[in-house]
Parts: sequence; C-alpha cells; structure tokens
Amino acid sequence: MSQRIPVTELSSSFRGRVEEALADGQLRSNFRTAMDSLMHKRASAFPDADEREGLRELGNRIKAGALSRLPDLLERLEQKLTENGVKVHWAETLEEANTLVHGIIEARNGRQVVKGKSMVSEEMEMNDYLAERGIECLESDMGEYIVQLDGEKPSHIIMPAIHKNARQVSTLFHDKLGEPETEDVNQLIQVGRRTLRQKFMEADVGVSGVNFAIAETGTLLLVENEGNGRMSTTVPPVHIAVTGIEKVVANLRDVVPLVSLLTRSALGQPITTYVNLISGPRKPDELDGPEEVHLVLLDNGRSGAFADAQMRQTLNCIRCGACMNHCPVYTRVGGHTYGEVYPGPIGKIITPHMAGLDKVPDHPSASSLCGACGDVCPVKIPIPELLQRLRQENVKNPGQPQQVKGGGAKFSRTERWLWRGWQMLNTRPALYRSFLWAATRFRALAPKKAGPWTENHSAPVPARRSLHDLAAQHLDHNGGRPS
Amino acid sequence: MSARANILGKLRNSLAGTTPRPDEFDERLVTEPWRYAPQDRIARLRSLMEAVHTEVHPCSSDNWPELVAGLLARRNLTNLLCAPGKEHGRALQTHFDATGQPVRLLAYDQPVEAWKEELFWNVDASLTGTLGAIAATGTLVLWPDRQEPRLMSLVPPVHIALLKASEIHDNLYDMMVAQDWAAGLPTNVLLVSGPSKTADIEQVLAYGAHGPRELIVLILEDV
Repeated sequence: MSQRIPVTELSSSFRGRVEEALADGQLRSNFRTAMDSLMHKRASAFPDADEREGLRELGNRIKAGALSRLPDLLERLEQKLTENGVKVHWAETLEEANTLVHGIIEARNGRQVVKGKSMVSEEMEMNDYLAERGIECLESDMGEYIVQLDGEKPSHIIMPAIHKNARQVSTLFHDKLGEPETEDVNQLIQVGRRTLRQKFMEADVGVSGVNFAIAETGTLLLVENEGNGRMSTTVPPVHIAVTGIEKVVANLRDVVPLVSLLTRSALGQPITTYVNLISGPRKPDELDGPEEVHLVLLDNGRSGAFADAQMRQTLNCIRCGACMNHCPVYTRVGGHTYGEVYPGPIGKIITPHMAGLDKVPDHPSASSLCGACGDVCPVKIPIPELLQRLRQENVKNPGQPQQVKGGGAKFSRTERWLWRGWQMLNTRPALYRSFLWAATRFRALAPKKAGPWTENHSAPVPARRSLHDLAAQHLDHNGGRPS
Repeated sequence: MSARANILGKLRNSLAGTTPRPDEFDERLVTEPWRYAPQDRIARLRSLMEAVHTEVHPCSSDNWPELVAGLLARRNLTNLLCAPGKEHGRALQTHFDATGQPVRLLAYDQPVEAWKEELFWNVDASLTGTLGAIAATGTLVLWPDRQEPRLMSLVPPVHIALLKASEIHDNLYDMMVAQDWAAGLPTNVLLVSGPSKTADIEQVLAYGAHGPRELIVLILEDV
C-alpha cells in the first residue's frame, strides 16, 4: 500500500500541516535519509575549509556587487541579448509573465510545451495557466515529471520528488502509464526517458529557467545532470527562458566561482554533468537549436525586497537548496508543509516579498534559529538574522506603514501592552521591588493556566523568597563577602 | 508605464544615493587551488570522469580510429554519427573504408527538422571533437558548430569525444582567459562532465536519463 501526500488534501493551515507531516513516518524517513545524504555529499565536496570560506566570501561579493548595480546590469544584459538575437521581455507580476509566455506560444500556434526545471515557472504556476488555455505543459526533469504526473508540487527546489520512494514511483507509473511495477530505479528512469523523448520531439516550445544571466556576453547559463534542460532549449523551435531579475551577473568570469558553489552546495558534485551556455537562437548556417529565444525577466516582489537594504540580501540566493538540506525543521516536516513554492529557510525569507508576510505569518517563527542555514549558504545570506527581522515585522502595528509586504499580521494589542508592562517593571527599581514583594507573598494566587505554555508544562509558581532576598541574606552572613 | 520602466525605476529609486560596490573578483580563489603539474592533468581528468561512469581511453592520433571501431563492435552498434567535413571525420572514414567496417557513418548535414525521427530513434552513437577539457572538474568543453551541431552530443545513446592532451586546461577560469571567451561566445557552449544521469528517485544514481547513457573520451596523447 503506497503512502503519499496529496497536496490538495493537506490541512489548510501551516500548523495543521506540520502536525500531519510529523505523524507521517514514511515521509519523515524519506526526508531524513535524503537530507543526511545531501549534507554528507556537500561536506565531502568542500574538503578544505579555507577554500570553501574564501569561495563563499567571493560568491557573496559577486552577488552583492551585482545587486549594487542591478538596474544597469539588467539594461546591459538586455542590450547584449538583443544584439545576440534574443528577445527580452519584462514582467512585474505573475499574470504579466504568464500573459507574455502565452502570447509567444500563441504566436507560433503552439499546443505542446516541454519544460526544463524552473522554480520561476512554479512561482508563475505556468502549467496550470497554459493548461486552462488548451496548451499542454509537460515537465521533463525526472523529479518534476513524477511530481506532475501525481498532481503534486515539488517538495524540494533541487530534488522535487524527494518525498517519494521507488515503490511509490513504481505504483504511480503503473497507474498512470500502464507500466509494469518495478522498484528498480534504472528501469523507472528508462520509462521516463522513453516517454519524454517522444515529447521533446513533438514539442512546439521549450521552457527553461536560468541559473545565471551574464550581462557581459548576453548569455543564459543553465546547470543540470539529466540533459532535459539541453533538450528543452535545443529541440523545440522556440525557447522561452523565465527568470527572476536577481539572476544577472556582470561578467562571464563571475560564473566560475558561482557554478562551483552552486553544484557543490546543492549536490556535492564538483560540477553538474552539463553546464549549458546559451547566447542566441540558431544562426542561418546552423542546423539545430531554436529559431527564437525569449527571456522573460520577472519581478514579482523582488524589487520590494530590493528596496530594503537588509532584505535585499535575500536576492543573493542562487537556489542551491543547501539551507533546506541542513535545516532541522525542513528535514522533519518536508517541503509541502510550507505550502509555498519555495520551502525551507530560503522560502521563509523570500516568500513574504512575493506573497506577503500575512500569508505566511508562522513561517519566521518555525525555526530554532540554530544557524545551520546561514552557515552553509554559499553566498552568505544571513538567514537567521533575516528571520528575526521578519519576526519583528510580523508584530509591527498594522496601522503604521509596513517595510515588508503584509507586515503586522501577528500584531496583538494585548501582547504589546504586556511587553510595555514588562519593560516598565524591569526598568524601575522601586516598582520591581514591590512586584517581587507581592509575587513572593501572594504566590498561591499565581495563575494555573498560562496560555499554550501550560498545555505541555506545569505552570510556573514564584518561589517563596526572591533571589535578591536570598543573596542579601547570604552576604549578611558572610560579612558582605561572597563565599 | 511599461513593466520595464516600472521595474528599473523602482530599482533605481532604491539605489538612490548609493555607489556601486567595487569589483572585488579575486581570481586566485578560482585558480590557485586548481593547478596541476602538466603530467598530472590527464590523471586528474581521468579519475574524475571515471568516477562518474565515463570511459576514458588514452590513445594516439594514429590509432584512435581503430579503437573506435573496436568500441562500436563490442557494443554491436551499427551506425555512428560523425562530421565528414572535419579532419577527424575524414580520418575515421578513411580507416573504416580501408578496413571494411560494418558500421555505417552518418553525417548531420541537414536541419534537425528534416530528420528528427531518425536522429532520435535510429542513431546508435556519435563522435565529436572537443575544444578542450578542464582537469579541475573532469569536464569536456564543446563548442557545437555547423558540422557538429548541438544535438549531436546529446541525442545518441553513446557519445564518443576526441580530446587532444595539449588542450587540457587546469581550470575553467584559465581556459576562459586563455581563449578570451568574454570577447564573444558562440550560440551554445557546453561543459560536459559525464554521461547523462539523475538521482531524482530516492537519490539512487541512474545513468542515461535524457542524454547519452555512455560517454567515451579518447585522449590523443601525442597532440
């Protein structure tokens, strides 16, 4: 009997989904195994700590430098790509991006789209948008294909089907494709290869993401192991790349450290099987490659994050997934629990700018602030610091202008007054002393219920005598000297 | 206002009064840990590529066509896609003709649309040249062109790549600088570091996901 997590049936609240995930032994075992292995692989890929730290610092500087001149770089990228024959489009919203992509497909009377892995297209929910308009959009990354076939969403940004085991995939292929059941991973992959090969041939349009867009040469760089990205960007007559505006880097040489950081952090590989640098459509004397190449540059809240110097650091992200692989929370609850496109630590800090913090108010506090995510981030995003910042934004007075979209969702007047009282109590000695006197004398009157705390703990009761009192007595006995 | 103007306007607004950070690229970080003595380069490349299921054969500019014939025969392959207009294509043709090889040599000499079906289902193997390789990561560099188009190294289940030992660089940065890639790139540049693979099911490694199941590298040690 196969167990799976059908996304649509998951509880609608974050806390509810957490409860469900924690109780799902199969899910937890699938994630635990996968995350342990990914952590081990990353560690093995960086045997020299000095080399690793030097490279992380360089990665941070390259991304921060690119962001410090982002509008100029985007213009330069557009100019170079245009010179190379690539059409560049800009979209502020998901709706605009989908309309653009749909328009390009319609202009070619396209009916079949084959997609390489792209988190931005997940952000856009492009598959659904195109399906509603009669266009089939098929995922070609093996993991994405499995997830799509099962009507699910990815649970990890690098390994979309990591929540499933071979038995679950076998059952899926059997039910949906009529294939004989097998738990042999090689055979399962060959089923995917055969099915998708036909689709690559037939597709009218190929869609991909972009790992790095190089302004200097007008080049789109994609990394992958499977070859589906190369297929999607080479076989169909039209290639549409969709990416966030933060993916641009100034110079070609910048991708040398960034690709190394990306593949080593994500998978523990020195490099992926394929690094695909695309600098234009098919030239008149060439025999393959798409006739048209388009790039859609998507904002979707990124310019909002950019406006805040601290939150701007979220745009350093190169989408390696190392933060989720090392996150004790993600490992236990899995990617679907977050209910958003980008799960895990990075999801917690970028989703607010896209969806609004009020849509994910519990995410910043679903963290022990252990710091692992920040320690492994290849571009040194201070994720724990940004989580703390979002906790503050969460409780800001909603009446005030918000610095983060949807801030103030957890504001509580009672809580605010309680903290004011606490502050007053602890900053006025006379008041503090009277409080101590009262608390120790009337300790029997201490409340037996203290909110969620007493659901799992016994209620705190003040001591008979305060520490101050005891210390004073102790010093008296010793003639004023501590013993 | 266009989306473009809005996005750029917002970004410029947020940067008002700031100066761009200086370029702090430090090439030592991407070169110094990745330097090898000339005699170690091949060994490094070979061990990394073999670790990801690539077959590597040292050979010479004289005997490689014979080696290819043997590799194909051992796999019972009946045809090979190669570029008859290139020096290595001609050498292969000459050898195959002289020795009466049963393998049919195919050329990618028409647009993909004209023979997609055949390319996707009936081509057994392909042979291409390379622009060089990178010892640091065990990587081949391919610049596809008219005679050896992009899909040639992707669609056939077996890809044989010819590599001149003298064109193995220490690291990607050195190679980019030595060949001045920044001055302009072709339509497509490919870094290939093994046969196609995936670990998307339970992280179990499976080769031949969408591209070649086998990558065979012939290192011509005398050139």
